[in-house]
Amino acid sequence: MSDSQPPRPGDVSRRYWVENLRIVGALLAVWAVVSFGGGILFVEPLNSFRIGETKLGFWIAQQGSIYVFVVLIAVYVLLLNRLERRLGLREE
Amino acid sequence: MEGLGVQGWTFVLVGLSFALYIGIAIWSRAGSTSEFYVAGKGVNPLANGMATGADWMSAASFIGMAGIISFAGYFGSVYLMGWTGGYVLLALLLAPYLRKFGKFTVPDFVGDRYDSRTARVVAVLCAIFVSFTYVAGQMRGVGVVFSRFLEVDITLGVIIGTGIVFFYAVLGGMKGITYTQVAQYCVLIFAFTVPAVFISLLLTGNLVPQLGFLGSLDGDVGSAIAAGESVGLLDKLDQLNTDLGFAAYTAAPEAIIATTGPKGYTDVFAITLALMVGTAGLPHVIIRFYTVPRVRDARVSAFWALLFISLLYTAAPAVGAFGRVNLIEATRDAYYSAEAAPSEDAKVIPDWFRTWEDTGLLAWVDKNEDGRIQYRNGAAFTSANGKPIFEEAEDGAPVRGVHGQRLLRVDDENGVALTDTENELFIDRDIMVLANPEIARLPAWVIGLVAAGGLAAALSTAAGLLLVISTAVSHDLVKRTIAPGVSEKNELWIARGAAGIGVIGAALLGIFPPGFVAEVVALAFGLAASSFFPVIVLGIFWKRMNRQGAISGMLVGIGFTAAYIAYFKFMGGSREHWFLGISPEGIGSIGMVLNFVVGVTVAKLTAPPSEEIQKLVDNIRVPAGAGEAHEMEVPPATKGE
Repeated sequence: MSDSQPPRPGDVSRRYWVENLRIVGALLAVWAVVSFGGGILFVEPLNSFRIGETKLGFWIAQQGSIYVFVVLIAVYVLLLNRLERRLGLREE
Repeated sequence: MEGLGVQGWTFVLVGLSFALYIGIAIWSRAGSTSEFYVAGKGVNPLANGMATGADWMSAASFIGMAGIISFAGYFGSVYLMGWTGGYVLLALLLAPYLRKFGKFTVPDFVGDRYDSRTARVVAVLCAIFVSFTYVAGQMRGVGVVFSRFLEVDITLGVIIGTGIVFFYAVLGGMKGITYTQVAQYCVLIFAFTVPAVFISLLLTGNLVPQLGFLGSLDGDVGSAIAAGESVGLLDKLDQLNTDLGFAAYTAAPEAIIATTGPKGYTDVFAITLALMVGTAGLPHVIIRFYTVPRVRDARVSAFWALLFISLLYTAAPAVGAFGRVNLIEATRDAYYSAEAAPSEDAKVIPDWFRTWEDTGLLAWVDKNEDGRIQYRNGAAFTSANGKPIFEEAEDGAPVRGVHGQRLLRVDDENGVALTDTENELFIDRDIMVLANPEIARLPAWVIGLVAAGGLAAALSTAAGLLLVISTAVSHDLVKRTIAPGVSEKNELWIARGAAGIGVIGAALLGIFPPGFVAEVVALAFGLAASSFFPVIVLGIFWKRMNRQGAISGMLVGIGFTAAYIAYFKFMGGSREHWFLGISPEGIGSIGMVLNFVVGVTVAKLTAPPSEEIQKLVDNIRVPAGAGEAHEMEVPPATKGE
């Protein structure tokens, strides 16, 4: 894309959507691995490790996954705000 | 105010909190339909996050969840992960786009996106059905708190709670509810955290319950339990559980199968998924994201919401574990009366035991007649509704046994049947949070605070749900479907009338509940997961999705899920016949998959949606700013069919 010409609105919307899908896809992959993987499917092997005075798998299922969820949304907010600013789609 | 006592403190704190809510509701009452439905779209994202937290955290979260975790151990994770993980889906897949769409309700989106009156009506019925199931759980929770607070029967408690919620729902509207919920969030999180901090200090010596959960038994009470050893809280709990014949507290599903709910990993997986997707599909949660000014506010708001929610959800497993340790230590092999104890330092049950026995949340039957409480794995007795049925004299006075305990009516016809397990103790899971402060011998004002917090949680959620019900009737059914010409003033009155009828119906379900507080709510999730989530996600992310696909998907999804739940919950289906070993609580995830599969297949076989609709989807996907108007045009829903 050349710098001299401003991109047409349709192109910007398209780029925004593609980037958005990539961000959402990556974050949802982490979401699935931590909760369904760490908290359920691999809980028994993870239980052979310890965190504090308890088992790691059990902790992920009851607390750790929740911390990850909060961080995931925070990352999403930051990435999307940056993307919108970059593409000039920021609402006033 | 030293001698105020538990009742006095409860009265003062609950009274003060009610005065605050009513004041806010009157100050910010709705004057227009836009204020009644979406608070005029002027809510600050942080305030909206708090309101979402209160809206979301219900009687089930506040009263039921820690109790369920304390009895279910690892299995309690399905609620913890399910009810928080759904916010990731909500933030990433729904909230920003629905805010861009900007209409008042979820059926509005479904009706406009699929340009179909039928789709709108199906969505309205789903919204009413889901909200109704959910609100019943709240009324039950209100009843549980009131029965403790006023020491009245649960039924009377439900009726009192109904009166208060009625006031909220009818006057408040979304604007009033939002600011009331901000106050209710503060009350409920304070009320949950204070006892959790006290108990954490007593047991683990750590001020932060989330960290005490990982610690060892180092506090004043904790070191007495540990008897000089240095032992981790959860390790000790595993051992206590095993000693009494339960599965270890932290044990993974294989070890739990024999003792409680889930059948194994498939079921744990299915329940977690159903709760997550259901959370994202609950109309009263989605609607909160319509109230903020801009698309990016909807995203930030989802972050604040989950942050505020996680403060309670990460403390709850700690409270559950602390409560169980305390409960086992206080009751195990204790004498019921001091007279029967052989020596002065023999363990006798604490005073709170009798208080909770009177409300029917605890019951003891002295099977081996030794005057001591044997708490072991297995039900102490069975009865028609699983609850204790006490012997009563002609005038309704309780009949007491030799030690002063309330006697159960042992009678196959209309009483309880004793089992041949060694267990003599019945504990209702709901008492965990309510009685925890007493179990840990915390000051009277903390107990009063818990009552106020439980009511804040139940009332705020009930108000949010009743708003969905009333909006569904007045806006989606009357204004958009039956009588488009209705005046704004009349629409407001219809909304208020619908809220009134809704709350009375909910009270009836609260008085005759189909299960525990949290389980009633779990059903609403299955239904939300199998109806809204797929049609909204496909409506945003797949332009090709059309009317026929959406309607057939929703009908198949919710029909399958509702039939499965009805068969196994109410028509005596037995767990051997569960499909793939999935319980009714988890079946919403299969219903959701069915909705997706049927919806996509039908859409592929029928004509694509119109050019207009495809433009609408393009518009929803991008926040305003790319040369588009903030208020967009949507095709009128009265077209089509």
